[in-house]
Amino acid sequence: MKLDPKSTRSLHFFTAQMVRISKPGMLGLAILLIIIFGGIYALAVQVIDGHIVTGMRDNVVWGIYIANFIFFIGISYAGALISGILHLLRVPWRAPIIRIAEMITVISTMIGPSYILLCMGRLDRLHHLALYGRIQSPILWDVLAISTYLTGSIIFLYLASIRDLAALRDYPFKSKWRTKLYKFMSVDFNGNHVQNQYLDRALNIMSAIIIPLAILVHSVLAWIFGMTLRPGWHSTIFAPYFVVAAVFSGTGVLIIAMWVFRKVYHLESYITKIHFNYLGIILMILGALYAYFTFSEYLTSWYGSETWEMEVLYKLFDYNEYWWWFFFAAILGVLLPIIVILFPRFRTINSITAVSVIAVMALWVKRYLIIIPTLETPLLPLQDMRPEYIHYTVTPVEWMLTFAGIAMFILLFFLFSKFLPIVNVVKVTEDKSYGSLREIVADRILKRQIKELKMKERQKFAH
Amino acid sequence: MEERKNEQTRRAFFSKTVPAALGVLGVGGLLAEACKPAVEDEEKVSVLTPDGKLVQVNKSAMAPQPVSPEEAREGIPGKKFVMVIDLARCKNARKCVSECQKMHNQPAEDEWIKVFLMQDSEDTAPYWFPKPCFHCNQPPCVKVCPVGATYKRTDGIVLVDTDRCIGCKFCMTACPYSSRVFQWKEEVKTAETCNTKYSPETSVPSRVGTVGKCDFCPDMARQGKLPGCVTGCPNGVIFFGDKNEDIVTNGSESFRFSELVHDRAGYHFMAELGTEPNVYYLPPVDRLFDYEKGFNDLSEEQVDFYKSSIVKKH
Repeated sequence: MKLDPKSTRSLHFFTAQMVRISKPGMLGLAILLIIIFGGIYALAVQVIDGHIVTGMRDNVVWGIYIANFIFFIGISYAGALISGILHLLRVPWRAPIIRIAEMITVISTMIGPSYILLCMGRLDRLHHLALYGRIQSPILWDVLAISTYLTGSIIFLYLASIRDLAALRDYPFKSKWRTKLYKFMSVDFNGNHVQNQYLDRALNIMSAIIIPLAILVHSVLAWIFGMTLRPGWHSTIFAPYFVVAAVFSGTGVLIIAMWVFRKVYHLESYITKIHFNYLGIILMILGALYAYFTFSEYLTSWYGSETWEMEVLYKLFDYNEYWWWFFFAAILGVLLPIIVILFPRFRTINSITAVSVIAVMALWVKRYLIIIPTLETPLLPLQDMRPEYIHYTVTPVEWMLTFAGIAMFILLFFLFSKFLPIVNVVKVTEDKSYGSLREIVADRILKRQIKELKMKERQKFAH
Repeated sequence: MEERKNEQTRRAFFSKTVPAALGVLGVGGLLAEACKPAVEDEEKVSVLTPDGKLVQVNKSAMAPQPVSPEEAREGIPGKKFVMVIDLARCKNARKCVSECQKMHNQPAEDEWIKVFLMQDSEDTAPYWFPKPCFHCNQPPCVKVCPVGATYKRTDGIVLVDTDRCIGCKFCMTACPYSSRVFQWKEEVKTAETCNTKYSPETSVPSRVGTVGKCDFCPDMARQGKLPGCVTGCPNGVIFFGDKNEDIVTNGSESFRFSELVHDRAGYHFMAELGTEPNVYYLPPVDRLFDYEKGFNDLSEEQVDFYKSSIVKKH
């Protein structure tokens, strides 16, 4: 595939980083592997000793695993909606960040469902879903939706990577396996007019398919809870509420990933402040939407004050139970990002990333608060002398597997980035839209300078 | 049997792949325990065959054999099982609980029938409330099961096939009456239960990682006997019977079902949930015992616990 000199230069820049692992990188890798091995050990303990090693008991039958499951499926929205929508809307600044977004989608959609498996009492009977599957059960909807979504996301990521794979195939790597692999994966793509046309059309179709799929996945997930007769779950707005929360957290993780890769791979000239600003504004809008849903959800159940709903609400507002978590998850974790991003003077790359971290953490806690307090509030009184049957506590096994999942997410991300450039190389440099991004940046800098000049003049007048 | 094979291959798999390292850490000990084969020199009984021969058979073979999982899906023809629980007679003797545990080989902490202390309002008197599975006609648990491991039969009974259950616990979140119990640990096998053939009708032996619950003892019904909780109760609180025959009995007294629930104002617990239970309650009026009688056999700690946990439930 023919590349222009600019693309060749940027390809050089990325391949140099792809073939070597820096010393801090090695250290990070070692830490990740230790955490993952800890998780494998915990898994062995759970498989051998049974679910008794988890904090789950007869009332709280789903614990932190399901919270992690919703969380990972939630952040997968980064790719699905952000890159899907940005692609369809032809947003000019999207080019350097879509690869990161799509990778988040694929990796988290692979890790998320494994938590469902951890929660299953009889993993050895997984094939029963195929043998005896009942389409009436929301669990089966979930299995179908997530597997379709994962397949779609992988296709989307692959299609969007073909141009880069072809460029990498023609790059003189020292190791033969890389060239062979890229040759196999780039399916004779050479960038001629016809191929480009087909590829663009396929990408358009995929990004249009992936958006409803993503919405469906999280709706089905919400319905698993919404369909039951449980206080705090049996709510009609659960599906859209989950969808908004998912895009919110997905955008947050995308911002964090951008910050990390920008630092690690020195992508300052690719991922600029403008990306953080725009995504920050998207995060803020989604935060406001999410806050609206939260308010609506709790206001209606509080005003209606049905016995069961009130019992769950009392737990969320009780200082001795979940108040501080609720405060962090539903109030601080949402208001802080909104306020910081709302005022341009607070908007810096670091501040936007920091509030994204808070928002993502808050959203994880929110998932925990959706599951545990409701399950701790059965309709019949909790008359059980065993304290672990009344209150759920996360056990070391569950923590180890949770951290192993996060470590696995980061590890897979770095492995992917050693195999594919983290930025869409060919697209970024060839696409005219990237040029227009430069123009936007230049334009904004100019506008700011004019504004500053005006301010100075005004101050002069004031004096 | 197939299940037991699975169990063994699973164990074998781990004893091969997760070897010494885990043994050192103390989890290996759990792998060793396995079921011993059937006792050969069992007590023999003489039976007369239809063609007049006297043959010796094992005593255990004389016991009624549970029906196969396929048959257990059908239900007993022509029956519609119902239960009526007379709250005026209950004093928390907890014999229904222990009898049920004995019958289903359940450990003391797992209760398929639970006795709650309830109080509807601050102004009304507390009462004891035995609660089995309601075997609803619109069972939310059956609706959500992804593999059809829990199902509704023609005779109204909701059963769990623990050979099929994948342990997702969705039915436990779906059941609004906390009727389901998860088998968190491997069942402790005794010589008796070791070689018992599993049937969803007997629910024995239970399997680790699956869901169990009150099964209305259909295996007893097939033999013309009453469920364990009914025969166990010293106060005749629980009536069991057939709606089609319109009769319920607690073993010593029998009533016309329709008259009993009509005359004594029988009601459904939380009827507003729309699950249409097959268990009816008779309100705690003209009681035989003061509710505090139920504290007699309990420790002070337990009494305090019960008293503090009465939540206003309507």
